Order: sequence, then C-alpha cells, then structure tokens
Amino acid sequence: MALMRITSPHAHGPMSTARVMQNVLLATVPGVIVLTHFFGFGTLVNIIWASILALAFEALALRLRKRPLGFYLGDYSALVTAVLLGIALPPYSPWWLIAVGIASSILLAKHLYGGLGYNPFNPAMVGYVVLLISFPVQMSSWAAPRGVGELPGLLDALQACFTPGNFDAVTMATPLDLLKQNNSLLMDDLWQQNAQFGRWAGIGWEWASLAFLAGGLWLLYQRVFTWHAPIAMLVALALTAALFYDGGSSASGGSPLFHLLSGATMFGAFFIITDPVSSAVSTRGRLVFGALIGLLVYLIRVYGNYPDAVAFAVLIMNFAAPFIDQYTQPRSYGHAARREDNE
Amino acid sequence: MRQVYDFHGGIHPPENKHQSIAAPIADAGIPEELVLPLAQHIGAPAIPVVEIGQKVLKGQLIAEPAGFVSVPLHAPTSGTVSAIEDRQIAHPSGHSARCVVIATDGKDEWIDHSGLADYKSVDRSELLTIIRNAGIAGMGGAGFPTAVKLSVKAEVGIETLILNGTECEPYITADDILMRERAEQIIEGAQIIAHLVQPDEILIGVEDNKPEGIAALQTAAEGTGVEIVVFPTKYPSGGEKQLIEILTGKQVPSGGLPSAVGVVCQNIGSAVAVRDAVIDGRPLISRITTVTGEGVNDPRNYEVLLGSSLAYLLEQADYQTNKNKRLIMGGPMMGFTVPDAHVPIVKTTNCVLAPAETELPAPPPAQACIRCGMCAEACPASLLPQQLFWFSQGKEFEKAEQHNLFDCIECGACSFVCPSNIPLVQYYRAAKAEVVQLRKDAEKSEHSRIRFEARQTRLEREDAEKEAKRAARKKAAEEKARLAAEQGSTEEDPIQAAIERAKAKKAAQAEGSNSAESAGEKLEKAVVTTRKRLDTATAKLTAAKEDGSDLVDALQTGVDKTRAKLEAAEKALREHQHAATTKEQPTEEAKPIDAAQVAIKKAMAARVADADKSPEEKAREALQKLEARLQKSEARLAQGKAAGEEEKIITALESTVERLREKVAQAQSQANETEVS
Repeated sequence: MALMRITSPHAHGPMSTARVMQNVLLATVPGVIVLTHFFGFGTLVNIIWASILALAFEALALRLRKRPLGFYLGDYSALVTAVLLGIALPPYSPWWLIAVGIASSILLAKHLYGGLGYNPFNPAMVGYVVLLISFPVQMSSWAAPRGVGELPGLLDALQACFTPGNFDAVTMATPLDLLKQNNSLLMDDLWQQNAQFGRWAGIGWEWASLAFLAGGLWLLYQRVFTWHAPIAMLVALALTAALFYDGGSSASGGSPLFHLLSGATMFGAFFIITDPVSSAVSTRGRLVFGALIGLLVYLIRVYGNYPDAVAFAVLIMNFAAPFIDQYTQPRSYGHAARREDNE
Repeated sequence: MRQVYDFHGGIHPPENKHQSIAAPIADAGIPEELVLPLAQHIGAPAIPVVEIGQKVLKGQLIAEPAGFVSVPLHAPTSGTVSAIEDRQIAHPSGHSARCVVIATDGKDEWIDHSGLADYKSVDRSELLTIIRNAGIAGMGGAGFPTAVKLSVKAEVGIETLILNGTECEPYITADDILMRERAEQIIEGAQIIAHLVQPDEILIGVEDNKPEGIAALQTAAEGTGVEIVVFPTKYPSGGEKQLIEILTGKQVPSGGLPSAVGVVCQNIGSAVAVRDAVIDGRPLISRITTVTGEGVNDPRNYEVLLGSSLAYLLEQADYQTNKNKRLIMGGPMMGFTVPDAHVPIVKTTNCVLAPAETELPAPPPAQACIRCGMCAEACPASLLPQQLFWFSQGKEFEKAEQHNLFDCIECGACSFVCPSNIPLVQYYRAAKAEVVQLRKDAEKSEHSRIRFEARQTRLEREDAEKEAKRAARKKAAEEKARLAAEQGSTEEDPIQAAIERAKAKKAAQAEGSNSAESAGEKLEKAVVTTRKRLDTATAKLTAAKEDGSDLVDALQTGVDKTRAKLEAAEKALREHQHAATTKEQPTEEAKPIDAAQVAIKKAMAARVADADKSPEEKAREALQKLEARLQKSEARLAQGKAAGEEEKIITALESTVERLREKVAQAQSQANETEVS
C-alpha cells in the first residue's frame, strides 16, 4: 500500500473560513433584533432579499468564472456581504435598490477583482456607496423609530420592498441629519424639539449601536479579529469629537457619546472595518487604519456633504491599506529594529 | 523563582502525549539488518572505512567524518557489512542515499571501549575529540554536529548553557521519558558540557506539561548548580530561538548563532549522548524514539538501534496497517511523511507517528486567503505569513525577503491556524529554495563575468606587450642599421647576415628531413606534444564540468580535435616505424642506438604488460595513484588553510579532496571486489 505524502504540519486547528463567516453572521443577530424592534421589519426584509440576490449573483459569477459552485458558496462570504448591506440600507428599501446594491457588491467589487480574498475594497461598502451616489433620495430616508411614528407590519414591509409604488413609509431625518442641518439651536434645544433624539443619541440608534457593540465584543472573544482596528477607530472618533465639542453650542459637532452611538459607528467598527481582506494586515497597521477611519468619519460627518461617513471613510482607507502595510511591518524575531523603508 | 519571558505568537495544539508516556522505555532489540545512512547529520556525509564482507563489532567505527562539520558513524551491533550502497532513506523528498548495511549476528559483541574516569582532568580539546569521535549530532531533530556546536571559542564568553527539554511537539515523549528515567545522566551530561563551554549558569528548560520529568530532574540536580526552569506550555517554545528568548529574554540576531547572545543550547538527548561517550566510552549507536498514533496498539518509547527500519520498530508496537495511511517521522507539526516503512531510524528520529485517518485527517482543499491575520498572531518569529504567502505565490521573492522570509523556522503554526487550510509552510519552503537557487545562479554568472573580464584584460595586455616588444625590436634594428651605415660598409650587413643564417638553417633542415631517423624523431615529438595537449585539455574539461562552466562545449570539441590529431600522429608514427623497420632490417646491427626509439619500445612493452596485468593489480595501481593524488591535494589544502587563503579557494580545495576521497573509496571497493572475485 502506498503511503500518503503530505507536507507538514499534519495537524490543523479547528478554525475554518466558513466558521469565521458564520460567527460574523451570528454576531449581527442582536443588532438586527434591536433594529427590527425600533424600526419594524424593514431591515429583516432587506437582509432576506439581499441574501437571496447575493447567493444568486455569486452563483452566476462562479458559473461564468467556471468555478465549482458548492465549494465557493460554502464559504458564506456572499451571505456576509448581503447581511451587512441589508443592515446598512434604510428599512423598506425597494427591491431594485437592493438588487443594484448587491450586484455592485458581488459582481463589481468582488468577482471582477478575482473573488474572495482579492478584493481591495469592502464589497458591502462599495454597494452602499454606489447606491448613495446614484439614488440619494431613497438612500437618505430612514424609517421613524418606534414611539415616534407608526411602525409598519411584516406585510407592509414586504409590500414596501416589492411593490414600492403602493406603499408610503413614514420616514424622517435621522439624528445625524438633524445635527448636520442644525445651525441655530443649542444642543439641548435640538434634543427637545425633535422626537427622534433619545437619551444620548437617536431613539433606536443608541440601542442598536450597543447591540452591535455586544456582537462585536463576542467576535473579539471568539478571536475572529483583533481589537486593534475597532478600538482605534472608536478612540479616534471619540477623541476628535471631544476635541471639537464645545459643550453644546449651535455650532457644535456633537458629543463624543453621540458620535459613538449614532449612525453606523459601532456597526462599522466591528463589522465593516474588520473585513480583513481590504484592511491593513499587521496589528500596528490596523491601529493606523482604524484610527484614520475614526478621524475621517468625524470630519465627513461634521464638515462633509453626507450625514454619515463610515462607508466613505472605509473606502478611502481601503485605498491606503497597502501603503500602511508598507510602513507598519512588524519587527521580526532577531531583527534589531523595523526596516525603516522598503527601498 | 526565575523570571521567564514570553515569545510572540505560538499555538496550543492538542498535546496527545499521554498515549506514549504511560509505559517505560522498552528495548527494541536487534533487527536482522541495519541500514545506516552516511549522512544522518547536517554537513558532509561520512566516508565508509569498512569493506563489504568485513566483520564489525558493536561500537566499531564504520565511517569517518568528511570534514569539520561532519560526524563519524559506528556499528550499532556486531555483524557483517553486507553492502555499501544507495538505499531509500527517510527524507522529505523521498530520495535515496548511500548507506552502510550491516547483517547483524545477534551476538551484540562490543569492541574494546572505555570511558574517562575523570573528565575534568583531560584537556578541553581532547574532550571535544571524544565527543566528535562518538558521532553525536543534535538529537532534537536538526542533527547539527554536537562537537562543532560545543567548540565555541573561549573569548566568546558563554553566559548561559541551555539544555532543551521542552519537547513542544505534540505526541512526542522521548525527552519526557528520558527525564523521568535518566535524569541523573542528563545532569551529568550537562556538567560535562558546562565544563567545555564554561557558562555562568546552566539551565534546563522544560514545559510545565511534564511534571514527573521536572520532579525527576529537580531531584537529580540538587546541589549541582543546574537549574530547572519551568514555563507554560506553548508550541513552539522548544524552538532554539524561542527557548532562548523564554529563558533569557534575548533574541538571537537574525542569521546569527546563539553564541552571539552568550548562549549555547543543547538537546537533553544530546547531553546524555555526550555523557555516554565521555564516561562510558560509548559512541552514539542507539536513541530513544517515540512510536505513537492510533495506528499502533502499543504506543511507547523505544531504545532503538540506529539503522533499524521503521517497519521493524512499528511491528514491536503492534502496528495496524489497515488503520494507517501515512507514516510521519517526527511530530505532527514539523515531521515529514516517509515514502515507505523500510526507511531506517537515524540519529535525529525522535518520533515515528502512525496516525489514523480520523486522528490527523488529510487537509481539505485550500480556500482563498482572506488575510484574516490569524497566522500573524500565531507566528513565533513575528512575521506576516499572509504577506509572505502572497509574495511567494506571486514569486515576488525580493519582497518576500524584505518581509524576512528566511527568519521563518517552518514551525507550522501559521498553517495550523489558517482557516482557509492553506499549506503556508510549503509555500515558504518552495520560495526559500527558489531564492537560494537564484542566489547561486547570480553568483555563478557573476563569477563567469569576472573570469571573462579578467581574460579580456589579459589578452589585451599580452597584445600590448607584444606590440611594445615588436616596436622595441624594430627600433633596435633600425638603430643598428643606422650605426652600420655610419661605420660604412666595412662590416657585413646584419640583415643580409640574418637572411643567410635562415637559409643555412633551412638547408640543414631539408638535409635532416631526408634522414629517416630524424623524421621518426619528429613524429614522436608530435605524438608526445599532442598527447600532452590532450591531457591538459581533458583536465580543463573535467574542471569545467565540475564547475558547471559554460565553456564545457567548447572544451569538449577542443578535446575531440586534439584526440583526433593524436590518433593521426600516432598512426603516422606507427606507419613510419613500420616502414623504417622493414627498410632497416638488413642493417639492423649497424643501426645506432636511438634513445627515443628505446623509450617508445619501453612504453609499448609497458602497455603490453599492462594488458597482461590482472584486473586486481590494475585496480590496486589505480588506487595507489589516487591515494597519492589525494595526499597531494590534502597537503595543498592544509597549506592553503595555513596560508589563510580565500574561502572560495579553500572550499574548492575541500571539494577536490572530498571528491578524491570518494574516488579512493570507490577504487578501494573496486579493488576489494576484484579481489573477492
């Protein structure tokens, strides 16, 4: 009997790419539950429809690229992209909006670059930005939170998605929008005059953010990623906000806590910028990567044209990741100091 | 409690050590045949000093070292040398190598041997010689000659002697059982080594998963000054560099030796081997090897004679062929699979692992790298494995080197944690090999370039010199002519005189060529010079072939041409001789004695005699000649070394000597064979 010839190591750890992806999916559950609680079934419908489309597009791309379907679909990466985009899109988005977004994510951002592992940009964020630039109206309306507006039921949510002409959801500006447009009210007055604000940030938003934070901490515990990028981003964002916070004047950019618990901050910190493929590689690189995203998020939110900024900040830093890698190579064993440059 | 340090990364694979540690060391016994590869260590293969058919005793030297970084080989038991030939050995590439094969006689008869009563009284160099002659090579797995490692110069100043009892690889318990059963010998070995390197402190590093071994060592070490340092279990803390960092907090500089940070590191198995050699006079002829995995029913440690086959050892442990599809020499992290079970156990074989398929399943197909960075978290050398993978795959070797590819110790931690099942280590091995090859090629082409340029300048210089000489001669002649013209035509015209001299010479030659004898002489001369030329050309050709020079083809045609010329010249000579003898027959007595003719006759007679010689005599003569050549080259090498010549020249000389040694060995065996036949 011929013996098998395999190179070392012969033992293998329990982790697999599919499990990494499954863990990420699992970690979004608390956030999705909170979003559904405060904004209705819109997000859930988004996610389901996006998942179906993502699997279909992934299969199509694999077929065109003559790759085995089962092997590649089994890595769950398309599902992760779909779920992340579904969460990021406004609830009660029409079906075609989601379809365009997923097509951009899977076909444009992922497979045109060579598939999983070869994409320089975060696929979900590419899809999001394509939609934001192409369909600003649909992208900037967000459902009113529970207690402020009336929540549509599941049937309404489905109707909103698949027969968008027949449904009018109650939408209103998000707290980030309000803050951006505000130029006369003190922070306290702004809080009082708008029902969307909650204790620290927007109603619903603050709890959703905390839920995503919980999911992210669980992923940290599971060692799916290291703390460097998320913590760096949150700290940088909080520090910048604190630096520019003047105690609540009308020109204020918002308190650090407001920024941490608004918009996609937590979701972005733990689910978007931790995408390993498009981020910097070394731990030091990830610190820089995360911190610059935090800084960019604040700058774009306060001084830019868009109320939220995570998608743009992430894409910009995706560009910079190889450059960061170049200068953050760790000191290897037995080397006196880091190689200063790679001439 | 001594402070221990942590190193970056590391993993915690399932240890699986309990299976093989329960039973004490068993004697594996004497198999019918022992196959002893000449290269069981890092460095030049040993040179056999026994002949086929020779009886050998246990502990008898059967191969001697072929240089400084080389170790001798001894017969593990008594028997007869049945073959010296290429056999399949345990090597990742599955190639075969020269082995001495011994048919054992079961008597296990020792050769006379004795140890030192008091090793402290003998000279340091003598102690080193004993260790060197005992054939000890690092028994932790790398197989570096122990004597070389221990011959650190006194001025280096060794602060710490570390004995490595870490054994971080899963499954292996050879060192653990050694600690449990032979702790005193380990301590003794440590003291001998300490006597050699004179460290400030002696440490034995052990992972905390071996409490019994630690206890045994601590008891044995009491009052000896040897300190047992226990640290948390983590793979690969047994890597030399990692262990040094754990115990001293210092990192060995990249590409440097541990002595650079004042450390000498030895495996505890090597320490016991040193002790056996010095105290008992026992060379390294057996070792402790773990046999484990679900493929054997009786996993345990064996004291096994070197050269025993894996199959023999596995049989002792009740091997289940049907359960096992791959045999691993070493552990599951760094061990390699062997092509079949008949490869021999060597000095570095610390474990034979026969896993069931469920135990260590074959790796699933690799998925894409998602750069998750788990490998970088696990890497004990603080590399970026995902980047190295990227560069290796894309053959961007320069970048891979910038990312310190060569600091990779191939521990396999990155592959172990990789969620995409990428065989990362294999990519690094391939990349390293390719870089080494590229470097070699670059060096060679650089060498050729330098040689070509040197030749070019030499030719130019020679041309210039010739030109200068010609100009000088011309000037001198003109000067002379002018002087002559000044002095009038009273003297002979020098040019005219030269012409006349030339004419006279020609006439004499023409006259000479008429005589049969001088024509013969000429032909002989032609034969002799052509032969000489052929000899030099052939020598050059062989040299070029060995160097792998580009000139081989050109030289080959040169040799062929010269050979053809020689043949033609010889033919002409023969014909001439034939004609001469027929012509000269009647006046044979009167023929004057011609020295050259006599020489030719002598040579021809010698040739005839040569043809009459038995092959045995021929082989013996060839052997003698070769030996003479070998002596000469050795002398030249020694001279070169003494003169402190360039390293390149020394290595070239060394390789010549080695080659000659091989040839001598070959010739010897040929001579033996012919004798036998």
